Amino acid sequence: MLKIKDLYASVEGMEILKGINLEVKPGEVHAIMGPNGSGKSTLANVLAGKEDYEITKGEVIFEGEDLLDKSPEERAKEGIFLSFQYPVEIPGVPMVNFLKTSVNEHRKHKGLKELTAGEFLKLMREKMDLVDMHTKLTNRMVNEGFSGGEKKKNEIFQMALLEPKLAILDETDSGLDIDALKTVANGVNALKSPERSTIVVTHYQRLLDYIVPDFVHILYQGKIVKTAGKELALHLEEKGYDWIKSENGN
Amino acid sequence: MSVLVDKTDLSLKYTAHYNEVKDELFANSSDILNAQRKKAFQNFVLQGIPTRKNENYKYTNLNPAFVPDFKFIHTREEKKADMSEVFRCDVPQLNTNLALVFNGWFYKNETEKGDLPEGVILDSLESISKERPELLEKYASLANVEEDPMVALNTAFAKDGFFLYVPKNVVVESPVQIINLLQDEKDTFSTQRNFILVEDGAKVQVLLCDHTLNLNQYLNNSVTEIFAGNNAEVEFYTLQNQHNKATNINSVFIDQQRDSRVTTHTASLHGGLIRNNLQFALNGENAEAHMFGMAFMDKKQHVDNFTQVIHAAPHCESNQIYKNVLDEKSTGAFSGRIHVVRDAQKTNAFQRNNNLLLTDEATMQTKPQLIIDADDVKCSHGATVGQIDEEALFYLRARGINEDQARLMMMNAFAHEVVKEIKLEPLRDRIDELVDKRLKGEVSRCHDCAYQCDC
Repeated sequence: MLKIKDLYASVEGMEILKGINLEVKPGEVHAIMGPNGSGKSTLANVLAGKEDYEITKGEVIFEGEDLLDKSPEERAKEGIFLSFQYPVEIPGVPMVNFLKTSVNEHRKHKGLKELTAGEFLKLMREKMDLVDMHTKLTNRMVNEGFSGGEKKKNEIFQMALLEPKLAILDETDSGLDIDALKTVANGVNALKSPERSTIVVTHYQRLLDYIVPDFVHILYQGKIVKTAGKELALHLEEKGYDWIKSENGN
Repeated sequence: MSVLVDKTDLSLKYTAHYNEVKDELFANSSDILNAQRKKAFQNFVLQGIPTRKNENYKYTNLNPAFVPDFKFIHTREEKKADMSEVFRCDVPQLNTNLALVFNGWFYKNETEKGDLPEGVILDSLESISKERPELLEKYASLANVEEDPMVALNTAFAKDGFFLYVPKNVVVESPVQIINLLQDEKDTFSTQRNFILVEDGAKVQVLLCDHTLNLNQYLNNSVTEIFAGNNAEVEFYTLQNQHNKATNINSVFIDQQRDSRVTTHTASLHGGLIRNNLQFALNGENAEAHMFGMAFMDKKQHVDNFTQVIHAAPHCESNQIYKNVLDEKSTGAFSGRIHVVRDAQKTNAFQRNNNLLLTDEATMQTKPQLIIDADDVKCSHGATVGQIDEEALFYLRARGINEDQARLMMMNAFAHEVVKEIKLEPLRDRIDELVDKRLKGEVSRCHDCAYQCDC
């Protein structure tokens, strides 16, 4: 599904990703962990198409096609979904308009008929139950006045509406209390399928108690320095990141 | 040739013109209008055509707008427009009492009578000032010829415009809609003088639509005086939709008495140069004033909103929100002055101006000004000039919404804060649609009229 080969990316002349290699197959859950500043969020943003980054080397193949040539909207419509670490508030843009436009853009891309307002509301109600989303939120402007937890829920709610092939969850656990964490994780798990893959970017192990990864990668100084099964996350939780740093010469 | 010589020449040109047409100006006009002319013209000459040297016109130089050899229409002309066509123009689902002002002259709607209540007068200033002079006692009392040269010039040239009178306690259910058309074979200078008298406890909504119907150059100089009596309620909407060679100078003066509520909305969709002077005088306790403005400019268009709110009585409230979206090389200005006079205690005055610049070449000047001579007041003001939030744009795009559409959503969102304040629902929907079209770069018309000009 996704192949990242020797990817280098920099921002304002500073190199952040220094040769990433990663392959994600359908149905797999990959966790990317690492200390602060190791490049985790950069990787997530680069995959989603954020233009602040300059790709200096390497390639990313998604479903057999070169991903890096595509605009963020094309990537989204082809099935890449980024759950933002910090979802932005967009005053004046109503949630319902935003979601309906987004869903219909995806449908157009797949050659499906656009949903009418009525059809869309029905779909929305179905998906709202999944993450315990309240109408008091969908009646507002995009993320406006949402608490940290509500913003994250809203991300997973959008994911449920758009049913992506590859979901990238960027620090979805940050700022969540344990109940919200469970709700969000349940939402993600409910969407799991043999065709759908997930990349979970996280600093802490606790989210991985709920979203169980097939692989755990440790990103350090722009490179994946270790890959193993889910037990690696537990090891990290126990020992912290210092041993990674010393193993890699710091 | 130096600018100074240009300017002198222009002023001389207008003086020569005044002397030449003096008899025509006075002829067939009422004593009320004629009584002001001479003094007004002297004041225009004293102050001169406004340039950046004039503090109140710091961001708008009107000198170039006066250069063309305009045709002036000081005497009512035969109607050239087909009225039945003109009066087809309307806002769908909005039942209005329509009237037309053509090149500054008022024409009654003869085809449809409308449903104005008994006693309400919607007529030409020219005839009412002759037939019912008692209704125009306060003529020129708000629009001070010593303070603004354009007001002075308007008062000197004023022959007609619309007149609206709503007697005590009368509620006008259907809005009054005035369609302002500019159309002539020649470049034209039009003068329009309007007068609205809303007595105690009366209520009315007025919608003004400014249009140009061909591509000639126009300079429109209009002055409107509005009097809202005790507990009166007035909503005053202005929709400006002219072309790039039109200059529109629009001065509105409002006097508010005790417990009155007045709301103005100024939507500038198109126009070469637009200057809106808006002055509120809150002269009675517990009066409430709301001012909303939005402008969408591109190419080399210029919009300047100049507001003044005078809090002259205690316990009044004023509220201003102005928003501009400036594209390409367009320029904008906002100056808002709030003056709380001595003893106007418990004043609540609020002002905000937000601007969205879509290019590096678009510029905006914003100047809030508070003059507070009372000690128990609440005043606040704020201004922002910024670009589209790139983070928000990326968020929308990451959900599959293409860049153009995402930008459009954000610009609409920016304007919507002002649009949503329009209380007339069909008009609000219409303006929503017009704003959307305007932002998409489609030519937007505020009516379905038969005129298909390419302006």
